[in-house]
Amino acid sequence: MKIGLEIHVQLNRLRSKLFCGCRADYYTLSPNSNVCAVCLGLPGSLPVLNSGAVRQAIMVSLALHASPSTRFNFVRKNYFYPDMPKNFQISQYDKAGGVPISTGGEMELITDAQKPLRVKLTRIQIEEDPGRLFHPSGLGSSKYTLVDYNRAGVGLLEIVTQPDLSSPREARVLITKLRSILEHLGVCNTSLEGAMRVDANISMDGNNRVEIKNISSYKDVERALEYEAVRQSQLIALGKPIERETRHWLEEKGTTSSSRAKEEEQDYRYFPEPDIPAVELTEDYIKDIQDSLPELPDSRASRFCRDYGLTPYDAGVLVLDKALADYFEETVRLYPKPRMVSNWIQTELLRQLNEKKQEISELRFGPKELAEMLSMIDRGEISGKTGKKVVMEMALTGEGPKSIVERLGLARLGDESAIRALAQRVFEENPNAVKDALKNPEAVNFLVGQIMKKISGRADPEITNRVVRGLLKAQTSS
Amino acid sequence: MKHSNEIVKTDATTIAKMVSSQEVPAREVLEAFLERISKYNDALRAFVYADIEGARTRASEIDREVKRGTTYRMAGVPIAVKDVISVKGLPLTCGSKILRGYVPPYDATVIARLRKAGCVIVGMTNTDEFAMGSSTENSAYGPSINPWMQSRVPGGSSGGSAVAVAAGMAAIGLGSDTGGSVRLPASFVGVYGLKPSYGAVSRFGLVAFSNSIEQVGLFARSIGDLKLAYSVISGADPLDGTTLTFDWNLTTEEGTKANVFRAGKVIEMSGEGVEPPVLEALDRTVETLKRYSIQIENVNIPHLVNCLAAYYLIAMSEASSNLARFDGVRYGSRVKTEGNWNEEYSRIRALFGSEVKRRVILGAHALSSGFFSMYYDKAARFRTLIKSEFESAFRNYDLLIGPTSPSPAFRLGERTLDPVQMYLSDVDTVPMNLTGVPALSVPTGFANAEGGLLPVATQLIAPYGREDTIFGVASLLEKAGLSTPKVVNPWGNIL
Ligand SMILES: [Zn+2]
Repeated sequence: MKIGLEIHVQLNRLRSKLFCGCRADYYTLSPNSNVCAVCLGLPGSLPVLNSGAVRQAIMVSLALHASPSTRFNFVRKNYFYPDMPKNFQISQYDKAGGVPISTGGEMELITDAQKPLRVKLTRIQIEEDPGRLFHPSGLGSSKYTLVDYNRAGVGLLEIVTQPDLSSPREARVLITKLRSILEHLGVCNTSLEGAMRVDANISMDGNNRVEIKNISSYKDVERALEYEAVRQSQLIALGKPIERETRHWLEEKGTTSSSRAKEEEQDYRYFPEPDIPAVELTEDYIKDIQDSLPELPDSRASRFCRDYGLTPYDAGVLVLDKALADYFEETVRLYPKPRMVSNWIQTELLRQLNEKKQEISELRFGPKELAEMLSMIDRGEISGKTGKKVVMEMALTGEGPKSIVERLGLARLGDESAIRALAQRVFEENPNAVKDALKNPEAVNFLVGQIMKKISGRADPEITNRVVRGLLKAQTSS
Repeated sequence: MKHSNEIVKTDATTIAKMVSSQEVPAREVLEAFLERISKYNDALRAFVYADIEGARTRASEIDREVKRGTTYRMAGVPIAVKDVISVKGLPLTCGSKILRGYVPPYDATVIARLRKAGCVIVGMTNTDEFAMGSSTENSAYGPSINPWMQSRVPGGSSGGSAVAVAAGMAAIGLGSDTGGSVRLPASFVGVYGLKPSYGAVSRFGLVAFSNSIEQVGLFARSIGDLKLAYSVISGADPLDGTTLTFDWNLTTEEGTKANVFRAGKVIEMSGEGVEPPVLEALDRTVETLKRYSIQIENVNIPHLVNCLAAYYLIAMSEASSNLARFDGVRYGSRVKTEGNWNEEYSRIRALFGSEVKRRVILGAHALSSGFFSMYYDKAARFRTLIKSEFESAFRNYDLLIGPTSPSPAFRLGERTLDPVQMYLSDVDTVPMNLTGVPALSVPTGFANAEGGLLPVATQLIAPYGREDTIFGVASLLEKAGLSTPKVVNPWGNIL
């Protein structure tokens, strides 16, 4: 199985769109309120290239080991579609006189295999996002379509990989890593709807290649490819041919459906965009960006191993989500036991996120609360087991650990006389166990366990042990 | 108080001075021009929309501002705007049915700059649909007519603005020159017509026909006016990435003195097929320049004859893409249809006239895969070649001269049925669009026709970015009395 990806990344951390001054973060604005003469394609308007987009595209190129072009240009991709204000898209191309902003590149992925997987990139290019269509009663059946041009003209990077992936899972690994790189570069808030969109192509050994378009969330890539792999395997098993075609991912149904073959043969009549002069970049400009690149996931993971003594696996998990890695480091700053913090994050915290299907940014407690809770364990104020309960409660209510412990009465019982009173009750209730314990030191644990059970494990184990041994000793001597 | 005939004959530079010194109010200047619009526009069809009330309001406002001490470089100068340039609040139709009802919400950069300089926008002028034509006959409003002779076209595509300036309906006219669309009508109606260097004037707000070769151009009746208006509208614009600022200064005498020692007469423009009156005017120009100690020699630009083919390939290709946006979804005409959006697009786009359709179809073909390298790309490569031929000519000459058009204004309907004949009208003007160099059409005489007179013109062509050279030489021709554009009443009566 060969899989290649075309990933569209919105440059939504820029202040403005690619060719005009409208906002790049359009997500919460009311329809058609984030538009101007340029992004609406009004007669006579002209695009002016956002230099910040060029800078960010070069950052991404360098982070992905691609070679930036010192001279590149834009092309027009001509086709009619109502979400495109000009009925052409300003894009880049490597033919018809076009030179994309960078070519080549490589990503190294950690998979189940022993060796890291190297995936080659074909090129990276800049283009403008179209608007969005709404079919009020569903595509195909709606009597009319609404268009929102708020998104039209937002800068997109298109990152094209070679078909070096051999499973849907590897595709997910690539997307996850890319996402983290983009977050570390600060060029894309990938959590926003539609910020990372993917087209994938997949071919089963020797068979025709099928394109899957419209995977509008990076989270669906694996699912879409798995569906398609199964569909194609079934066809092959039945001895049926696989058509060379474009299929659309239908998110709600979790299936792909064939789009009309006509679209596939579309002639985009590319030619160089005459309104945007070719851009020349100096070696100094590129070197300056290279020198000022922020720390990226791979080197961050190495640092986590080196400075915090984490295992490569644990460090790898943390850096695959920049927010998670940030969370980790902030907690360590407040509570400097990195391995302990890493363990808690990777077990309790991630469990909370997975159960609630949340992003780390949606978590109701921050590093400060986690650190505080860990310190309480250290100080003996709560047990580790109670700590897990506190995490759950913090995730639910957003309340601080101290107030949760107080409110639910979870504090560890450290008062010797109180424990003694409890122990005496247990001794009375379990005369046989006491007899056993007098003969067999192993049976002492049963009595300790019974005391713990009475107060949900909150009794200080050291004191409890001491008390139980004291009482047993008293019984022997009497 | 001046007689209104005196006002319309006065050049824009003087009008600006009179309004600034409160000798004549802008409002009175405007009325003199409006009077001629109401008198002659029905016959000439220069304006397709006159913003009479808006212009009056603006003129009064300028008078008030002048009284309060505000200074303007072009106080109260009435401007005619080709109907392909976006003026906030005035209907913009590009001479087409497809844009019916569209009122732009923004000013083109040239309009914003002229307004700031105190100009009064009088209205929108007739054009070939989307500036595609050489006669202003391909307009949804019907043709404009040459004020010198009722049977003749004014040239195109900026014919409306040319007529407005020639017939004293505006002091300055704005046009667009994609392949000669300012210079050709200027030569047909006997006024100055300037195509600036590519990038000298912002195209922001100019509805694109062929982006890589067109420029906003100017019509005027004196070189002083041309220099004034040009210095207002030119210069880098942050809204147009292809603009730049040249470092000469047009406002001083120093910046515009001729400084030309050798000029080349382009052989390929002045040979076979050029009508005698045009050649005679060219000779008179040569003689005049010699009197100013300018040496004139013949110069060859071997591939000049191939420019027309390359020009139409590039222009049609770019146009096919530029005009795609006219689909009725966001602005302009709408038709209610059943069916999918492709069907709706087809019905809307049927509103394009036949010349526009021809060019869109040919252009789309030239860009399509399998034909790209044969057509568009070949034309693009030819452009590099012809640019280098111009560059080598300009290594030896400070200026090139030739006719603007091989003939004076042709008859209405004469070329409408034969597109190739129509395209040939641009043979002497398209090379400057392909190469991006500045060129000025200078009225240099008349031809006798049908018992009347038709203007003929000479073209001054300078190296890229040397508008100062053009203004300097044209000033000499003006001083020598060779070129003295006049306001004309229909048909051919000089005011
Ligand atoms: Zn915008």
